[in-house]
Amino acid sequence: MANKPFAITLKPGTSLANLTGTWRTARPVYLDRLPPCNNACPAGENIQGWLFHAESGDYELAWRVLVENNPLPAVMGRVCYHPCETACNRGQLDEAVGINSVERFLGDEAIKRGWKFDAPAAASGKKVLVVGAGPSGLSAAYHLARMGHQVEIQEAGPLAGGMMRFGIPKYRLPREVLDAEVQRILDLGVTLKFDTKVASIEQSMKQGGFDAAFLAVGAHIGKRTYIPAGDATKIVDAVSVLRSMEGEDKPMLGRKVVVYGGGNTAIDVARTAKRLGATEAIIVYRRTREKMPAHDFEVEEALQEGVMIKWLSTIKQAGEGEITVEKMALDEKGYPQPTGEFETLAADSVVLALGQDVDLSLLEGVAGLEIKDGTVQVAPNMMTGHPGIFAGGDMVPSERTVTVAIGHGKKAARNIDAWLHGVECQSTPKHEIATFDKLNPWYYSDADKTVRPMLDIIRRQTSFDEVQGGLDETNALFEARRCLSCGNCFECDNCYGVCPDNAVIKLGPGKRFEFNYDYCKGCGLCVAECPCGSIKMVAEDI
Amino acid sequence: MLKQTEGSKAVAEAIALCRPEVICAYPISPQTHIVEALGEMVKAGELAPCEFINVESEFAAMSVAIGSSAAGARSYTATASQGLLFMVEAVYNASGLGLPIVMTVANRAIGAPINIWNDHSDSLSQRDSGWMQLFAETNQEAVDLHIQAFRLAEELSMPVMVCMDGFILTHAFERVDIPSQEQVDAYLPPFDPRQVLDPKEPMSIGAMVGPEAFMEVKYLAHAKQMQALELIPQLAAEFKQQFGRDSGGLVRTYRAEDAETMIVAMGSVLGTIKDVVDDMREQGHKVGVLGIVSYRPFPLAQVREALVNCKRFLVLEKSLAVGMGGIVATDVRMAVSGTGLKGFTAIAGLGGRAIPKASLHKLFLEAEQENLEPVTFLDLDWDAVNKQLERERQNRHSGPIAENILYDKGISSAAKFG
Amino acid sequence: MPFQPVKFYQTGTYTVGNRLLDPDERSEQASENRSNSINSGHRACQGCGEALGARYAIDAAMAESNGQLIAVNATGCLEVFSTPYPESSWQVPWIHSLFGNAPAVATGVAAAMKVKGRREVRVVAQGGDGGTTDIGFGCLSGMFERNDDVLYICYDNEAYMNTGVQRSSATPPAARTATTMPVGPEPGNVFGQGKNLPEIAMAHGIPYVATATVADLRDLEYKVRKAMKMHGARYIQIFVPCPLGFGTASHDTIRIARLAKESGMFPVFEAEHGEVTGVLKIRHKVGIEEYLSPQKRFAHLFGKHAHPEMVARLQAIADRNIRKYGLLEENN
Repeated sequence: MANKPFAITLKPGTSLANLTGTWRTARPVYLDRLPPCNNACPAGENIQGWLFHAESGDYELAWRVLVENNPLPAVMGRVCYHPCETACNRGQLDEAVGINSVERFLGDEAIKRGWKFDAPAAASGKKVLVVGAGPSGLSAAYHLARMGHQVEIQEAGPLAGGMMRFGIPKYRLPREVLDAEVQRILDLGVTLKFDTKVASIEQSMKQGGFDAAFLAVGAHIGKRTYIPAGDATKIVDAVSVLRSMEGEDKPMLGRKVVVYGGGNTAIDVARTAKRLGATEAIIVYRRTREKMPAHDFEVEEALQEGVMIKWLSTIKQAGEGEITVEKMALDEKGYPQPTGEFETLAADSVVLALGQDVDLSLLEGVAGLEIKDGTVQVAPNMMTGHPGIFAGGDMVPSERTVTVAIGHGKKAARNIDAWLHGVECQSTPKHEIATFDKLNPWYYSDADKTVRPMLDIIRRQTSFDEVQGGLDETNALFEARRCLSCGNCFECDNCYGVCPDNAVIKLGPGKRFEFNYDYCKGCGLCVAECPCGSIKMVAEDI
Repeated sequence: MLKQTEGSKAVAEAIALCRPEVICAYPISPQTHIVEALGEMVKAGELAPCEFINVESEFAAMSVAIGSSAAGARSYTATASQGLLFMVEAVYNASGLGLPIVMTVANRAIGAPINIWNDHSDSLSQRDSGWMQLFAETNQEAVDLHIQAFRLAEELSMPVMVCMDGFILTHAFERVDIPSQEQVDAYLPPFDPRQVLDPKEPMSIGAMVGPEAFMEVKYLAHAKQMQALELIPQLAAEFKQQFGRDSGGLVRTYRAEDAETMIVAMGSVLGTIKDVVDDMREQGHKVGVLGIVSYRPFPLAQVREALVNCKRFLVLEKSLAVGMGGIVATDVRMAVSGTGLKGFTAIAGLGGRAIPKASLHKLFLEAEQENLEPVTFLDLDWDAVNKQLERERQNRHSGPIAENILYDKGISSAAKFG
Repeated sequence: MPFQPVKFYQTGTYTVGNRLLDPDERSEQASENRSNSINSGHRACQGCGEALGARYAIDAAMAESNGQLIAVNATGCLEVFSTPYPESSWQVPWIHSLFGNAPAVATGVAAAMKVKGRREVRVVAQGGDGGTTDIGFGCLSGMFERNDDVLYICYDNEAYMNTGVQRSSATPPAARTATTMPVGPEPGNVFGQGKNLPEIAMAHGIPYVATATVADLRDLEYKVRKAMKMHGARYIQIFVPCPLGFGTASHDTIRIARLAKESGMFPVFEAEHGEVTGVLKIRHKVGIEEYLSPQKRFAHLFGKHAHPEMVARLQAIADRNIRKYGLLEENN
């Protein structure tokens, strides 16, 4: 350039000497915000994380990320009430991402392909007793085993799964799915002893030389309520009915079955009765549909299958082949109040689905334990008042769902591990939540949720075949790609593209980006145009 | 090859011999015949490779030339008068960017009133534009100066105007020696630009330059023209060697050896002046002539040297600095400052007014006798001018000047219909 | 069932890049190897739409021409902020001559390349709306009419921003500029004036005319690349919001461009030989107020001394664009 005309002609690209970063009053910084789905997941799944891999069709990696937190995706994909989808930001755009359906696809894919868990870490030499082979126990056993601990599950019953087997009907959770996922956990080296009821936890621990124990015996005792009844009336509890579905002798409920209660169990029993041949399955519930604790989609499916629901009604009396119900009315606060109006319904049997109680007999005499309202109290680290004894699932105060139980298992496992090492479990502080207002939804393709196939209605009413079908690879991929990746960079290159100052450095696939603060003028375009809200502006100290 | 031809045609042929690669054409009299002829040559394939572009204005003509020259193509255009003024912004830009464009200016008056005839007002309005300006005395010189102009422009990477009197030269049929392609090729090498737009070596041309460097850029343009003062005579000498003719250079004198009165002028009027001087010499008057070929750069030293031995000089110019007087005269006086020489200015031939020998003869005699106002307007119709001045003194709404004067002069009866 | 390739890619082509797309389907701006024709260190304001639009466009042109590109620049913001001595931001061969002559200079460059037999070298001229629709209009029309082999790109920010926001013939009605102040009974720029340069360009019958915005990168790149595949005179007008002149936040530049398109105020279309061949449909239609209200240049239309009748007239302009170009999907 030396012989080019002075000043008029310039060397290319020389403005790099002008560090425009000095203009800045605020700087953009990358951050990971917590996606609402992750935040809502009782099992603590990194949903956005595994969807990320599913989006690119790497289902095995997606599955591996998923099972970091939850070893039962095929079960989850069927029985979870997916609070993640309720929280999903996409719901404000069109419909929530079908997280649950993709999870099921991954779970089924894993079973189909025979994927195994990563091998456990080096053996710790510690032994942990898990009492109960329900979701919480299996989850804890899985995590503890992967941490390198020797785990033994002692199960009172003859089969694994707990409420997943004895509470959830087959048409919602085929047993071969459950068996496959349980087996995969056992393949990690977990010992499972059936028909081993722990009478005293302290004794069992001592006998087996366990360093710690995780109690997850569930809540299997059906609650009863007093109904004046004649001898001829058959009154049974829902848990017993559902449990007996797993045995040789199917329950005899008659042609007209009344189910008393408003939870998911009530729905399950009514739908089961229908399948067992009842001409009428009537749910009697004291409040309205809006107030019903059962999930609406299950209510809807039950209604589709011909289950009837008697709203605002309580059973006053059970007689021979019929019951008397009293109509209720909601008061100003929404509580049902008796009206004095009565009506009779034909009923061969009455099934009580009023909740379950915990069998706490194994804890008798254990020092330091606190029992309150029929449940075991635990500290935030899931440990009971007795050092080394942890508890979770339905036997501790919480929402009683499979997913919560699995979450308890994971949390307990981490804390047991820490406790065994004599340290406190350090949980990383939660990132701020990637709420919808942090997103720029313009960038996402318009796409309605994929509808999962449903079994035809006749077979739903007459068989225990699975009602809801799964996604195939095509639509699972589609559904995964509906994910907005809230709060987590998915390398869309928007920041890299929209910077007028070329002040974003692209680090290459999987490595995300970096700001070049030498040139960033702090305009904030990258923040405004980041689809998923994973950049924010921070004031400069001036 | 000697041929009897129109000046424009001869110039067109000379341009073609210089192998221009881009020619921009926009019609304005009296340069039209040049680009018309070039257009035909390009269309016929005789001049190739060459892009002949019919642009939509003189502003575009110069702008296209700026682009093509910056991209390394030898670029040419021609204009005159209003056309030159219309492209002024680009004219300054071409020199500011140091682009060696060659442009013919077929000199013509500037309106209003609109007038298509010859004077030097157009070129001289651009004396500070940074372009070099060479004035041709004859069509032969016009041909030769164009060939030299490309050399000059490309050596210095600065643009050159070759100025030739509109109609008087452009439309005159004279005998002209058109050189051969071999001769021109030997004299004028292919264009090797100092800087060029090329993806092979990106650069940014045309930066915004602030106070910190602007003066230096301007000085460098000046320095280029100072270099041209040395280069122009060299090129003329080389030209003579190659073509056997004296053409170009900075200045040329005629019968100046013992002259006591020197007549200074530019362009074709030098021919008439020389005739008058010949006549006066026969009558014993010691009169000589200084012809200025290079108006920009202005050869101060050469002008001074040519005049320093005379007693008085008269600058006869086809241009007027309104409110001041002569334009060329100012520069000439600058050249002789400190010598005590008596100098006169004559404004002549504006808007194509004829410059008859008789008028010049009378003027030169008066100059010799130092019986002149500092600025003389040759053959001005004082009667018409004074009448109009008087009208304006008396009446604010005195009517259109040109119409009034034509009426007074009895040339037009237009005023009768007013 | 055999595997069906999914045509749905999370963000599709709305984002700059998309890891799910095949690399050759990704935008030039997503590439680590994009030419960054205009480099860091330029002196454009924070959030400058023109700096962004210029990089988008010239990088695309560079990609399409395999780096064989020469750019000509009219005087204006883009020129001033990119090449103040002693630093240039341009990485492509670049020349600035004057405010009103960029199309002609480009004609000259193209002629030079043609005469030198370098047909692979392509020429782009660029300028702002003032340099294009006003002072450079004569040269532009001449370049169009001769069908010179130049792609002219107008970065349209609807006023003379470099000189302090004065009205141009691309300034929309009602907009406040330094020469159309929001005073008097009809504040801001008058209705019934202004130039539709894309349509004027189309009237020249040139091979390609298109409009684009900085909010639709893929569309913009597609149009630049398409234009670069053609020869002859081509014109692309890119809507580039100016935070200074529009009175908008620096982070809103792309949003404003998006709203201009989504409201119908700036129709995005393409035309070949004078015939409209494609429009970028409005995706989520918005009312004109949503576009106008974030911009201080329209602030006098709202608030205490609102001018709902002028807003309605602007809405009518948008509606006419929508009808005229068919900017809404049929079933909308």
